[in-house]
Formats: sequence, C-alpha cells, structure tokens
Amino acid sequence: MSVQSVKRNKARDRQIIPGFGLSLGLSLSYLALLVLIPLSMIFIYTSSLGWGGFVREISQPIVVSALRLSFTTALIASLINLVFGVLTAWVLVRYTFPGRKLLDGLLDLPFALPTSVAGITLATLYATNGWVGRLLPFKVSYTEVGIIVALILIGMPFVVRIVEPVLQNLGKENEEASAILGASRFQTLVHVIFPKIRPAAFSGFALAFSRALGEYGSVVFIAGNMPFKTEIAPLVIMQKLEAFDYDGATSIALVLLVASFLILFLINFSQWLAKRKFADQ
Amino acid sequence: MAELSVSTKPGNLLQTRRRVARTLTEPLWIRTLLTVIVIAFIALFLILPLIFIFAQAFQNGVGVYWAAVSSSDALSSITLTLTVLVIVVPINTVFGILLAWTTTKYRFRGKSLVVTLADLPFSISPVIGGLIFVLMFGDHGILGPWLLAHHIQLVFNTIGICIATLFVTYPFVARELIPLMENQGRLEEEASLVLGAGTLRTFFKVTLPNIKWGLLYGVILCSARAIGDFGAVSVVSGHIVGQTNTMPLQVQAFYDGYQMTAAFALSSLMSVVAIVSLALKSYIDWKSTRPE
Repeated sequence: MSVQSVKRNKARDRQIIPGFGLSLGLSLSYLALLVLIPLSMIFIYTSSLGWGGFVREISQPIVVSALRLSFTTALIASLINLVFGVLTAWVLVRYTFPGRKLLDGLLDLPFALPTSVAGITLATLYATNGWVGRLLPFKVSYTEVGIIVALILIGMPFVVRIVEPVLQNLGKENEEASAILGASRFQTLVHVIFPKIRPAAFSGFALAFSRALGEYGSVVFIAGNMPFKTEIAPLVIMQKLEAFDYDGATSIALVLLVASFLILFLINFSQWLAKRKFADQ
Repeated sequence: MAELSVSTKPGNLLQTRRRVARTLTEPLWIRTLLTVIVIAFIALFLILPLIFIFAQAFQNGVGVYWAAVSSSDALSSITLTLTVLVIVVPINTVFGILLAWTTTKYRFRGKSLVVTLADLPFSISPVIGGLIFVLMFGDHGILGPWLLAHHIQLVFNTIGICIATLFVTYPFVARELIPLMENQGRLEEEASLVLGAGTLRTFFKVTLPNIKWGLLYGVILCSARAIGDFGAVSVVSGHIVGQTNTMPLQVQAFYDGYQMTAAFALSSLMSVVAIVSLALKSYIDWKSTRPE
C-alpha cells in the first residue's frame, strides 16, 4: 500500500460532504417514527401476554391450521415461481423472439396492479363458470389451489428480476471454455451456469416466499375463506381484529413477523456468502 | 475461440470449432419449447387476467361502465385515493431521497443495518402494517387513552389511511436509488464541493440530474402501491362506504355486493394506471441505457 493510499484511507474516516449529522438524524428519526417504533408494538404487546398467553393464542386449532396453510401454499407457489422465474429469465435474456420486450415489460404487472384487482379477477376467471375454470376438471376458486394461483401471480417478478441482470452480466467466456474442454451443453448448464445464478435465484425465491406468506388482498377473494380449510393467517389476524381480540391478532402477527425477519436474515447471509466466494476467486 | 484448442491438426480444429458452436446454445427444438412455455405461463397469469378485467368492465356496454365509474360511491373512493396519493408520495419521495443520500454519500457504522431495516415494510404482511397503527393509536392501543382524552383520532379515518400507506410505501424510492447512487460514488459531489458549491447546491445541480430516471421509477412504484394497497388500508380504514373507502376497498365493497360490472369498472381504471406505469418504466429503461 502506498503512502498516498494510506493517507486517503485516513481522510475517508471523516465525512467529505457536509451535512452528515442532519441527513442521518432526519433519516433515522423518520425510520424510527414510521417503521421501528410501530413495529416494536407487536413485540411489546405480545410480551405483555407472557409466553403462556402467546402459546395459548397460537395453538388454537383455527390459528394452527391457518398458519400451516399459509406456510405450505407460500412454499409451493414460490417453488413454482423459482422454476418458472429462472426459465423466464433465461428465455428473455438468451433467446430472441417477437414480443420479447413486451413480455419483459409486462412482468412487473404484479407490482403495479392493486392486489384486490388481481384477487377479484382471478376469483372470477377461475370460478367453475369462469373463462379458465370451466375448462379445468377440478375446482380452483375457493380451494387451496386457488390460493396458490393467486400467490404465483403475486410472486412472479421476484426471481426473474433478480436473475435477469446476473445472466446478462455472465458473458459467454465461461461457457465457451467449458464447451472447448469437451463438456456437453447439459454439463455446462449444470456445472457452469447454475452455480453462478444460484445465489440470485435463492434471494428471489426467499423474497417471493416472504411476500406470499403475508399476502392478503389477492388471496381473500379466491380462497373462499372457509374456516380450517382455506383461511390464511393474515385473514385470521383481520377477523380477530374485527372481533377486538387484539391478543390473538398480535400473536399471529408476531409469528409472521419473526418469519419475515428470518427470511431477511437468510437473504443477507446468502448474499454475504456469495460475495465472499466471489472474493476468494 | 477454437484457436485456443489443444489440437493442432487442421481437421480436428474444424471439428472442435463446429462442436463448440453447437454446444454454446440449445438445439432449436428446445429453444422453441422453452420460449413457448414461458409465453404460455405469462399469457395465462398476466395477459389473460388483464384482458378479462376490461371484458368484464365493458360486458354490459359503455353506458353501464360510465354509470358505474361515475356513481357517487365510486367517485368518493377515487377522490379519497387521490388525496392519499397527493399526501403520501411527496413525503416518502423526500425521505426516500434523504435515506439514499445518507447511506450512499457518507460512511458510517451500521449502514447496512439501516438499509435492511428501511426495507422491512416491503417484506412484512400489509395486514401487519395496518395492525401496528391500531395497536398504537386505536382506542385499546398504547396511546389510545391519551388520544381519546384529547379528541384526536388517528385510525379508522383518512389520517389513519395516510399513515398506513406511508408505512407500506416507505421503501420504494430508496430501493431504486440506493444501488444507483452506490454505483455513481461520491467523486462528482466531492468535485462540486471543492469548487465551492454548498451541499444543497451540489445535491440539486450534481446528484439530482444523475439520479432523475431512477427517482422517477421509484416515485412511480411508490404511487402504484399508494393507490393499490389493500391489506394495511383495510385494517385502518373503518370501511365506511362514501367516506373511508379507497378505490381497492370500494372494489371489494362492489364485489361483495354482487355489483360485478361496477367492481371491474373501478378495477379497469386502476389497471390503466398500472399499464401506464409499466409503459413509463420501459421508457425510462430505454432512456437511461441510451448513450447520451
């Protein structure tokens, strides 16, 4: 390290652009007032119930079945989105066909379309007399399958949008090297390309899962909301709130919140792992 | 590339080159199959529902459609949604820029923690986003008794809807700006300061022009979510038709009351907004990647 760069590193410890205190103070105050203090209410409220009270609330049969339904449907939908997301990113980046740009632009629709609009549309479309529902031999609307359909739509963009830039930046050199060394296309895909997109695909999957777990608007219309069958956890929170059962509502919210925190932690951890691996190479 | 091959015989070289060219992409039938699967998937889950909204909205003719979107319930929900939009988006745009500025132009400990915490509303159930404000400001909430005594109501009215919407739309602007500003670094700002400009002047003359397209996209996403949020607003609204129903809530009210045309007519208006945002996004992408 040269003398100059040591000097520069020392200089970096001070802020070069003035206004640090004011910017940080305002940003953190707003973050605390709008997000952190309100979110801490969930923890404060549940801790006043005590461990026994919390367990009593979340072990009610209706809560257990709603949580189980939420976790399984979110997992199935985000696994489907993982497979189709990687496939979609691959096709959009590597192949050319008419209408490619249009499809690519449309993929952000689930971010822009209100969830209640998506909800009533899917519920009507997949009802037994709807455009799609009448063609299918099994019921979709008002069943678990309907919930999964709604969650697939909501989670579609996550994997695609994270994997797309990785594929674009991948370059062809690695694949060329692999082909020259005698690998078949399949071997190249499995051993060269997949390891490169795995961290991104995992982050997308985790984000889609997290979103699906908390999703409310698009699901309540297509689910039919039959107790013990198609009631998702966020809906049970809503019902408990309407019945002024704050203890119950907050306990379920805590379970979902902790799940979200764990997922965020996993995403950050996997990105850190990927970065370290990349630095080693 | 084949020139790098170990083989020196001309025949082998040609063979290798052919094989490499063949193995750099998939056979035509696989490419076609994958493309068809992807198009079918997007058509089934995105294009068909979009067409269906408009088909349902106009199934009884333009007259019925117009009557539905100009009914007093629909109009009051549109007014409320626009009010929320006008209040929420500017506030979150300012604080979103400020957060992105703070976390990319200065160095401090715990920066990545701040970025992660600021992203929380994005990955938390919107229902929880509403619940927390009921726990704070509701009659049974922590500040409830005090607010009640001072006749201040912060939930189950327009203020509550605005607060919950502020929460759910908080990350959108910063999410778009942080990676962009991270890449741009601090050199241009530092040059501007060295040349004698103040921080504010540097921001408006140097930083803002550099981030304008990313900022615009962040504002579009923030607006789309402010218009469309359902879960959080559902908890804090109180569901009073004609008073505290935003457009997505009014869609639900129409749908539950079997007024299908009205529900889809109001939905079609929000779908148009969604399509316009997507078109704007494509335009911004094209504009920002085009060499100046």
